[in-house]
Amino acid sequence: MRWIWIDKFLEFQSGKRAVALKNVTLAEEHLHDHFPGFPVMPECLMIEAMAQTAGILVGEARGFEEKVVLAKIKRAAFYHYVRPGDTITLHAEIESIAPEAAGTVGEIRRGDERIAQISLIFSHVDKNLAGRKFPEENFVFTDLFSSLLTDFVETHPAMEQPR
Amino acid sequence: MAMSRDAIYEQVQEALVEALGLDDEDITPEATLMGDLGAESIDFLDIVFRLEKAFDIKVPREELFPAEAVLNNTDYVKDGKVTEKGLAELRDKMPHTDLSAFEADPDINKIADLFTVDAIVNFIESKVNG
Repeated sequence: MRWIWIDKFLEFQSGKRAVALKNVTLAEEHLHDHFPGFPVMPECLMIEAMAQTAGILVGEARGFEEKVVLAKIKRAAFYHYVRPGDTITLHAEIESIAPEAAGTVGEIRRGDERIAQISLIFSHVDKNLAGRKFPEENFVFTDLFSSLLTDFVETHPAMEQPR
Repeated sequence: MAMSRDAIYEQVQEALVEALGLDDEDITPEATLMGDLGAESIDFLDIVFRLEKAFDIKVPREELFPAEAVLNNTDYVKDGKVTEKGLAELRDKMPHTDLSAFEADPDINKIADLFTVDAIVNFIESKVNG
């Protein structure tokens, strides 16, 4: 099983930017412990949600030919708590892309309110460790994830989200 | 317009401070990226991206850090030392780096010491000022 921290894409401009949405709910059991009586979405999971949004953006930019792994968190700053019932949007942009890696910048928002800024570096594993085998389940692009993109990239014109 | 070496150094310093989480005073011209500044391989990509953005140039990773390709070529490495042929390749590919100390003892474990802050500044200077 993989935890998936985005519910759907709102916008997907190939090679440029993507916006994903996540609804936070008390049905997520970890919120009962984080923290008892004061449930807030863990910051590390916000980073993971951004890594999934940006990772799919980076993978799609090269036709999913390489395995994309999160290699470095360049920057992560958090400004507000995210509580059950909140809807957050994850805005990711490709800042740099090269054959062996990509850098993204991103922001998490609740409505127009800035929740976090997260910049990441992804490594294209196949280009760096040629020939070595890795278990498929370690990677982002499982069937479940591709379903998030099904029909979206091809058929949905880019929708501008209000900033 | 040509950039002064000091201006280039300042921007390289800023890129390294941000990429490696260091303070300004940690960066010196002689500092080696891996040994002194603690850079790991993924940091090189981060540094390359930051330099590209700061100077608005394209920096092919193998051009700035060509030693990886040399180490992976069996013609260029023998018994843990870089061969004469390998040294010639390094001289050709790393004109921005002072190789004299390495040539005296071309132990592959010391190749990391070639990546200094100065070498990056030299490289950027040649890129920006032609």
